[in-house]
Amino acid sequence: MTPVTYSQAFQQAMHEEMTRDDRIFVLGTDLFDRGGHFGQVLGLGKDFGRERVRDMPISEAAMVAAGVGAALNGMRPVVDLNFIDFSFGAMDEIINQAAKMRYMFGTPMPLVIRGTSGVALYAAQHNNSLESVFAHIPGLLVAIPSTPADAKGLLKTALRGEDPVIFLMHKRLSGSRGEVGGPEDVIAFGEATVRRPGTDVTIVTYSHMVLKAMDAAERLAADGIQAEVIDLRTVMPLDIQTVAESVRKTGRLVAVTEAPCFGSIASEVAAWIQETMFDWLDGPVVRVGAKHAPIAHSPALFETVIPQAADIEAAARKLLKRRDA
Amino acid sequence: MTQLESAGAPARQFLPIDIGGVDVAGATRWLRTMLLIREFEAALDPLSMSGKIPGGLHLSIGQEAVAVGISAALEPQDLVACAHRSHHHALAKGLTPRSVMAELFGKATGCRGGRGGSMHLADLSIGFLGGNGIVGAGLGIAMGASLGSHLRGADQVAVGIFGDGGANTGRTWESVNIAAVWKLPLIIICENNMYAVETETERLTGGGSVSRRAEGFGLPVRTVDGNDVAEMYRVTREARERAARGDGPTFIEAKTYRYEGHSTGQIINYRTIDEVEDWRGTKDSIQRLRIALHEVGALEDDAFDELVRTSRETVQDAIAFAEGSPLPDPIEATREVTAVELGLGNAR
Repeated sequence: MTPVTYSQAFQQAMHEEMTRDDRIFVLGTDLFDRGGHFGQVLGLGKDFGRERVRDMPISEAAMVAAGVGAALNGMRPVVDLNFIDFSFGAMDEIINQAAKMRYMFGTPMPLVIRGTSGVALYAAQHNNSLESVFAHIPGLLVAIPSTPADAKGLLKTALRGEDPVIFLMHKRLSGSRGEVGGPEDVIAFGEATVRRPGTDVTIVTYSHMVLKAMDAAERLAADGIQAEVIDLRTVMPLDIQTVAESVRKTGRLVAVTEAPCFGSIASEVAAWIQETMFDWLDGPVVRVGAKHAPIAHSPALFETVIPQAADIEAAARKLLKRRDA
Repeated sequence: MTQLESAGAPARQFLPIDIGGVDVAGATRWLRTMLLIREFEAALDPLSMSGKIPGGLHLSIGQEAVAVGISAALEPQDLVACAHRSHHHALAKGLTPRSVMAELFGKATGCRGGRGGSMHLADLSIGFLGGNGIVGAGLGIAMGASLGSHLRGADQVAVGIFGDGGANTGRTWESVNIAAVWKLPLIIICENNMYAVETETERLTGGGSVSRRAEGFGLPVRTVDGNDVAEMYRVTREARERAARGDGPTFIEAKTYRYEGHSTGQIINYRTIDEVEDWRGTKDSIQRLRIALHEVGALEDDAFDELVRTSRETVQDAIAFAEGSPLPDPIEATREVTAVELGLGNAR
């Protein structure tokens, strides 16, 4: 199979699932002709028409409300918020409506909310990392794939499930290429994957930071240190079991996130592992996350705020030094 | 006391309503539901204040005709989503007094098993998509539901109800706009009871009129006496027919009044007794329907008194049912958060 980009993988999953299930439709801005600002629904307009590829005004609250109401009434909407930063205009619809419908009203809420996330250009208001915010809300699931195959497989699971899913796609991965699965290759939520096996230290992360963790693992390998890199793929549910199994082997854990470290997924993983795996640890769980600052326009500024491969590498080396001492 | 008995105020001071064209049996059913709502609501205040019902409640006394007129105009498959003041809409849509009362008591037999309470009454099986604790949110859900009806090609209309307070939240107009441009089968109802919690809406609403504001969206706008159940019915019915034809949404502003405070146990010092008495004494929806039915010879005084008595019995039965019902099993507190297993120790 020809490799496809991360955005094309999303489009493929949408196309296959919309063909399979006519309850699925997508709404958002600039979808029908442009195919979304990242090409994530390119060509769907031509194949499925304006009823199922619906161009919306820039009314985020109404976009999500339309999704919530339609999901209550037998449909499977995908709401494309463009940048996930635009979810702030619809936060009540996401947190107080979509997330609580099953619990309050006893109804399935098969709603997918897609947003481009992660840190890249365009400064402070287009680069919020919200995965831990959404994961914190009971009722929401959060998928945050790092590869085209995962984007496709996870989206299929989201479109076949009954829960509201926040589907976060990193800006810097939009054009990354890879093989993807076929129409029935779904990837379950709550199943992390080991991207690189290792025995000396575990590095757990997700989304674009997986690439940086892999870089760090390469550098460590040059010195004979075998790092195991785990990609969480979904942060709610969060597969702590795979992390724990790895820690049982390595005794060391570096938890990495591109989001501000305070109150992050890395913090949650760290807390969980030290509570349940304390006797297996040879040192403290170390978090590597963004500094507590908004994202600036200049790469010279923002690249110092988010973790780099060298930061992950340094954290791993520091942990390993404890053994040598 | 709800002061409903026929020995009350003389008939002539109430504004007349026109029930011409409405069948008398139907109008009598409306009256029965309006009385049920009023008696139901009147019984709640002491139950809330004594703590038998946890928390305060937003009572709908005075606004019965809005709910009954709307529901009368709908087909059974139609959908209703409303706001925090929701008991009248829930009962009018067909939730039983027992299931609503038990829900308010937080009992297992309530319509949501004690998870919802006063602001989150719901029964999707009869098309009641819930009250809502957040001002303006119910309309958005109804708008989305009407999109679902449209996409499924169903003969189904959704009704989104918000208050005058909701007319000043931005997302209300986001939904009105989408419904208008997409010609959704939606009926948009602003239930204007004159006060946004404790502030006169007039002082808060630029341009002074919710209806005039709606006109800018290019859809039919009707301003209705919300205490005239027959007019509420006719206008909503017309809107339903229009929506079902595929001609799009209608905006209805129903002018009404709540006799009680924003919620139970509140001291009212932001409006005059004269104002309240004027509404009670000239515009009360129940008395106006009673008089109209009386004038066509369809309702004698003793028949009205019998309806009042029956309503009270139904409410007492609902209270006894709620009091006698079991509390929910605590395991329910963490069930049904998501469909998938989260691995967080939640009950399945």
